Amino acid sequence: MTIDPEYYLAVGAVLFTVGATGVLVRRNALVMFMCVELMLNAVNLTFVTFARMLDDIGGQVFVFFVLVVAAAEVVVGLAIIVAIFRRRQGATADDLNLLKG
Amino acid sequence: MMWAVFIVAAVAAIVSALGVVMARNPVHSALMLVGTLFSVAVLFVLQEAHFLAAVQVIVYAGAVVVLFLFVIMLLGVDREELLEDPLPGQRGIAVGAGVLAVFGLTILISGTVATGQLSARGPAIAGEEGNVERIAESLFTDFLWPFEITSVLLVIAVVGGIVLVRDSGRRPDDDEGEDTGSTAVEETNS
Repeated sequence: MTIDPEYYLAVGAVLFTVGATGVLVRRNALVMFMCVELMLNAVNLTFVTFARMLDDIGGQVFVFFVLVVAAAEVVVGLAIIVAIFRRRQGATADDLNLLKG
Repeated sequence: MMWAVFIVAAVAAIVSALGVVMARNPVHSALMLVGTLFSVAVLFVLQEAHFLAAVQVIVYAGAVVVLFLFVIMLLGVDREELLEDPLPGQRGIAVGAGVLAVFGLTILISGTVATGQLSARGPAIAGEEGNVERIAESLFTDFLWPFEITSVLLVIAVVGGIVLVRDSGRRPDDDEGEDTGSTAVEETNS
């Protein structure tokens, strides 16, 4: 007996909103980044669910590419965070206001 | 049986995701993220996406989270996070909007009927060949061009990461212990 795909979509939706709320609520730049990864995972789950619903392998291949791009994004994003916060003690998003008018 | 696995994995994923958001210590957030990634990998296996489950565990849980932990240890763990909001009531509004979004999204998807022309990419549900063969067949024929571009993207990411992190502009005739970056800042301030 297979599970209805709507349940997977519901799990994906909850994960996505938890990640989005986390980006809004947290100040630590690293935890914000982790919440972005949560959102990407929720999207991956949705893609795989739709690949199964529509009987299309393209959804799973796209998840593969999302994984690759997410890994590259983590590398560059963490490099930026390290470069900015090398001299500071804290890593909060509120301190990044040098461009503020 | 599948329902039991699904419920355990789904609850674990959601509880771990809430743990990522609510944990005070960033290391705890990273460990909760590992829990979420493993639970999502179990959900992938339940949907017979075996290759993606393995790649998810290896790449996400095995490399990305390790990278996060490296950077957390490098920058120092911040235990105190300011509790006042720059905009008044920001956190309350964010949590309220999140709860609304969960309800909205679940209402949206409960009425979803996925129809449409089946694409020419090929079936997802594995017949005689396994899931890995299906993905390989599609990846190396229909999606070959994006596949090669992602390899270029990975090289760009590696080079970019190194360029961003290395000490730029440090010349050997500087004064000892003086950081060239801070000198440039002082010059622009004066």
